[in-house]
Amino acid sequence: MSEPVTALGGVSSDARIAAIAEAPLQGMITLRADLSDSAVKKAAKAAAGADVPGPGTVHLGDESGLCWMSPDELLLLCPYAEVTETLERLQKALVKTHALAVNVSDARASFTVTGPRAREVMGKLCPVDFAPDRFAPGMFRRTRMAQVPAAIWMSADETFRIVCFRSQAQYVFDLLTVAAQPGSEVFSDGKTPALA
Amino acid sequence: MLILTCPVCGVTAEETEFHGGGEAHLTRHGPGSSDDEFQSYLFMRENPRGVHFERWRHVYGCGKWFHAARCTTTLEVFGTYPAQTTEPPKDLRKTISQKRPGWTWRDLT
Amino acid sequence: MSTRLATGGRLLNKSKPLSFTFNGKRLRGFAGDTLASALLANDQMLVGRSFKYHRPRGIVASGAEEPNGLVNLGEEGRFEPNQRVTTTELFEGLAAQSQNHWPSLDFDIGAVNSRLSRFLPAGFYYKMFIHPRPLWKHLYEPFIRQSAGLGRAPTARDADTYEHFYFFCDVMVIGGGVAGLQAAKAAAVTGAKVLLVEQTAHWGGRALVDGGTVEGKPVDNFVEQIVSELETMPNVTLRKRLMGAGVYDHGYVLGYEQLRDHAPDTPGPRHRLWRIRAGHIVTATGAIERPLSFAGNDIPGVMLASAMRDYVVNYGVSSGDRTVVVTNNDDAYLTASALVNAGLRVPAILDARVLAEDSPAMAEAKALGIRVLMGHGIASVKGTKRVTGVGVCSQAGEGAVLEEVACDAVAMSGGWSPVVHLWSHCGGKLVWDQAQAHFKPDVDKSPTGAAGEAFVTPAGAAAGPLHLGDVLTSADQAGKDAAKALGFKPKRRKCPVGETPDEAPMQPVWLMPQGAGAELRSKAWLDYQNDVKVSDVQLAAQEGFESVEHAKRYTTLGMATDQGKLSNINGLATLAGSLGSSIPEVGTTTFRPPYTPISMGAIAGEARGEVFQPIRRTPMHDWHEANGAEWEPVGHWRRPYAYVRDGESTYDAVMRETKNTRENLGLLDASTLGKLIVKGPDAGRFLDMLYTNMMSTLKPGKCRYGLMCSENGFLIDDGVVARIDEDTFLCHTTTGGAERIHQHMEEWLQTEWWDWKVWVANVTEQYAQVAVVGPNARKALEKLGGMDVSKEALGFMEWADGELAGFKVRVYRISFSGELSYEIAVEASQGQAFWDALMVVGHDLGVMPYGTEALHILRAEKGFIMIGDETDGTVIPQDLGLDWAISKKKDDYLGKRALERTHMTDPNRWKLVGLETLSGAVLPDGAYAVGEGINANGQRITIGRVTSSYHSPNLGRGIAMGLVLHGPDRMGEVLEFPGTEGATFKARIVDPVFYDKDGEKANV
Repeated sequence: MSEPVTALGGVSSDARIAAIAEAPLQGMITLRADLSDSAVKKAAKAAAGADVPGPGTVHLGDESGLCWMSPDELLLLCPYAEVTETLERLQKALVKTHALAVNVSDARASFTVTGPRAREVMGKLCPVDFAPDRFAPGMFRRTRMAQVPAAIWMSADETFRIVCFRSQAQYVFDLLTVAAQPGSEVFSDGKTPALA
Repeated sequence: MLILTCPVCGVTAEETEFHGGGEAHLTRHGPGSSDDEFQSYLFMRENPRGVHFERWRHVYGCGKWFHAARCTTTLEVFGTYPAQTTEPPKDLRKTISQKRPGWTWRDLT
Repeated sequence: MSTRLATGGRLLNKSKPLSFTFNGKRLRGFAGDTLASALLANDQMLVGRSFKYHRPRGIVASGAEEPNGLVNLGEEGRFEPNQRVTTTELFEGLAAQSQNHWPSLDFDIGAVNSRLSRFLPAGFYYKMFIHPRPLWKHLYEPFIRQSAGLGRAPTARDADTYEHFYFFCDVMVIGGGVAGLQAAKAAAVTGAKVLLVEQTAHWGGRALVDGGTVEGKPVDNFVEQIVSELETMPNVTLRKRLMGAGVYDHGYVLGYEQLRDHAPDTPGPRHRLWRIRAGHIVTATGAIERPLSFAGNDIPGVMLASAMRDYVVNYGVSSGDRTVVVTNNDDAYLTASALVNAGLRVPAILDARVLAEDSPAMAEAKALGIRVLMGHGIASVKGTKRVTGVGVCSQAGEGAVLEEVACDAVAMSGGWSPVVHLWSHCGGKLVWDQAQAHFKPDVDKSPTGAAGEAFVTPAGAAAGPLHLGDVLTSADQAGKDAAKALGFKPKRRKCPVGETPDEAPMQPVWLMPQGAGAELRSKAWLDYQNDVKVSDVQLAAQEGFESVEHAKRYTTLGMATDQGKLSNINGLATLAGSLGSSIPEVGTTTFRPPYTPISMGAIAGEARGEVFQPIRRTPMHDWHEANGAEWEPVGHWRRPYAYVRDGESTYDAVMRETKNTRENLGLLDASTLGKLIVKGPDAGRFLDMLYTNMMSTLKPGKCRYGLMCSENGFLIDDGVVARIDEDTFLCHTTTGGAERIHQHMEEWLQTEWWDWKVWVANVTEQYAQVAVVGPNARKALEKLGGMDVSKEALGFMEWADGELAGFKVRVYRISFSGELSYEIAVEASQGQAFWDALMVVGHDLGVMPYGTEALHILRAEKGFIMIGDETDGTVIPQDLGLDWAISKKKDDYLGKRALERTHMTDPNRWKLVGLETLSGAVLPDGAYAVGEGINANGQRITIGRVTSSYHSPNLGRGIAMGLVLHGPDRMGEVLEFPGTEGATFKARIVDPVFYDKDGEKANV
């Protein structure tokens, strides 16, 4: 084995209205199973160290967590180095359950958009209400980012995390840098309007 | 451009997040069916002016198929419901009756 | 002449002079000017030529409704035609050129059309150029094309960038005049999230020019105060230079924000297209003044009265020294007063009305010493490139000139029409207001939204009320109603009281004078840009174009870039008059978005250049690029077509790669092939339904080639299925088929067999996949070292997990080339490293990467079909001789019933064969074989077509596959394929397997 590489080698761009960076490799496991099944809940919690989240939400630990993809799909996050082991543990726990767990760590690319204007940048690409009173850490959204699918959550108040297909990494990075180009600020005070 | 609420994940989103899938509640006819049955299954579709039942997929979201009851003239959406059913739920039909008294669709009223 | 006045100009910053050019001439203006006001300040009234007759055209309006002032703006990468001078803000260095004339604006050859106007009536082109038919193509059309079009198309690449922005609010208010401001406030105080947009760079709209008081203070104070109030509210977003361009279904609004048109050299996107979802929309879009239809109303210097007032008050610009005002309402008196107060002369106000007593406006005009002639109008305007005077007549008469009044400008007002466009875009209905003689929103017939609710409320002048007090009340109510409709609780606040002097009622005037004869009517313009006159609309009615939509298309009324903002109501009133119908009976044409043209760049948004489309790259993409790859787009993927070396043609490279793979060792990046995991107790049963062949009997560790059909029986995909364990299969799809087939699987699982226990996951991109192909393939893997890849350990159509050179791999022994071949999957993050390792060990084994064209030739040499080449959505497996891959044992699979239909079992379906040209040349791809006779359309009968065709370097000749009528029964027959330019190819029908018929090379 050689040293695993991300799709874009950790590229980043700062001289913009928000900082754009490719995230390091992240362990990701797709779990297809009936999420209402207690065996599934237990196995997922054991593997990720987080409770199974409800629709539209994510439960995050430090480097691990669970994202709600659909009523029969979770995206399990774990340290990249631990993905094989985590997958085996999960599969073992679910051996008697109708479930499918696969490693998709390398099938994805991941980006962060950071800064007070991160919401503006995201709002240029996704048909989603990113106002602070509508989208906040803990929420999870699968949507369209310009012309490709993306999964989005906030890892901090001013940080978005985006997961897309690895083959589309360059496209997504280019999109973000275009959307964050200097001089493209939307709101003069840098605050996306929200209800008080 | 429509907005639809996916009954599976609960997200309300614009049409570009979804993909239309044509008429809902078709009955599959396979081997053993008559030519008429099979042709009707493959090709014959409702084309109503008014209440219609359609299939949609939340293609950029949870990926699930669902059904929508919609007015083809005003684009009013009466409701959405999961795909795992062979006919529209009763309460939705009641809602439609309140809004469009006397509606018909195939043999539904 | 028009000029800059010493005083006035509330929008100007006179300490900031700007220079600009018009037709190369250097001119000066001030910050705050529009291009229109700056041109007028430089006595440049003449700004263009009309579309049909090339008549001289001057500025008529002061806003978005301007039909004449269209210029080519900017240069090279910033060049854009048809920019309205009235909405273009002046900036330092602006360069504008007038349009639609040759050789110059002042002297235009095309103006001869104007002399011929008698012979160019409505429908002229339709009538004239229909006979004789052949002349259309060779004479008329080229000539018309030459002279068609307004402005010049840009040639340089657009130097600017654009973007979209998705925005969500409760209440969106369109229009930042007093109505919009009041409506926004009334909605905002309820706590609703409000977006207020204004298309110009200024809040307050017309009221600041027209005057009046609010709560006893000048309206200016009110605007200033309400704007600063709104600015402090966190739930309110205020945007200037953002036009509500269109209202669409379910509260969708397109907002067109012009970020840098006024400051082109600052960094950032030029336009931003706001894609807004509003819970409720308030249209506070104001009203537009109508022209009057009198002879010569198109001569430069004839302007809307309100526009002339705008130029004086807002920009300190006089449109003329002596202005005759002609009107049917009180509003134009404000212009007369403003002009006189600015020190200009108004020799007469011609008022078409006959009134019992003077209104306050009239009294004021008279007090200023202006001569007011009631019951009078204009018989005709004198002048060509500029007004020189008017002939005064009685409005009730036929146009006998009572006196001539010398003047260099005419201010006209035919009343006001609410801007109902945005109300109407999504289906809002209109009602005729008899008193104001205009269409206004029928508030009971609003556009309806997702829940069937009314989602648009008109406010202020856009709703009908034209006077400040009524405007504010209407807007306040609209704002409250909008918030209330969304569940917010309106505050019981008193609406500020606005006051303007009382006005006498207007009286509709659709033709001036009322009894104008043919001569005058043929000079009374309705549509200035497209040259439609009163006489044209009357002719259309006479010829039977009675529907307003037909009359519009026949005459081109309202079809110019201004979309009839000035001409529409006058045109349909004329049509109604001709038909003897009422105006509401005739109705309006359809209002379609956008309100004014928006840039193509804004529509495209970010989708240009590098991000025009989402190009998909494999983990080895950069290596391919660095090693001479020429790219073939396959869906959104980019696959190397061939790796072209220095001094080599693409063709040479393809030949070299094809030969080398057969003789030594080829590497193919096969990462793009779809990989779907299908798992569950019902997985076998499910795949039996999806593939035409039996998959449930496949043993773990084995692979099987499978075909997929749609329910229609047509081939949609193919690929190799590997059984991983009892419960789990891995299905390969074609490149670009992964998402489609994944969705196909999910669709059947979710909507038909939802009780089957099957999970599917798309793992296509988890793996980089490399096909290691050729006689040296095994040696290469052995050199990598690791798992046993011998014939015994890993037979043909088997797979195994293991390690090669320390890489965790899954190896499939499958072949799409007929060679000894391994397809090896490694994790994508290792893809490049694994490829590098193969290149190293392959060095002594003659390794060369090969691209998709070599792949195609290799598979064609073996007679393997390709989805998309041999299939086109109408081809069934039997057509391709793939009967062996159709299970006879299965009761059902997708497509089985369809394949029993008579058309599918027709023995006359074209079937796959190989084709060899007699000369060895390459058959043109897609060529048809011709038979005896002709069909019903007089075309040669066709009996087959070429589906794939290549030069085979291994066989040294052209080889092809094709679908041919009774093909497999006609082996050895020679068919004729007409090519292009008279060439004909003769080809013999042969077995489609051209190379290594017994498959010995793969079986080693």
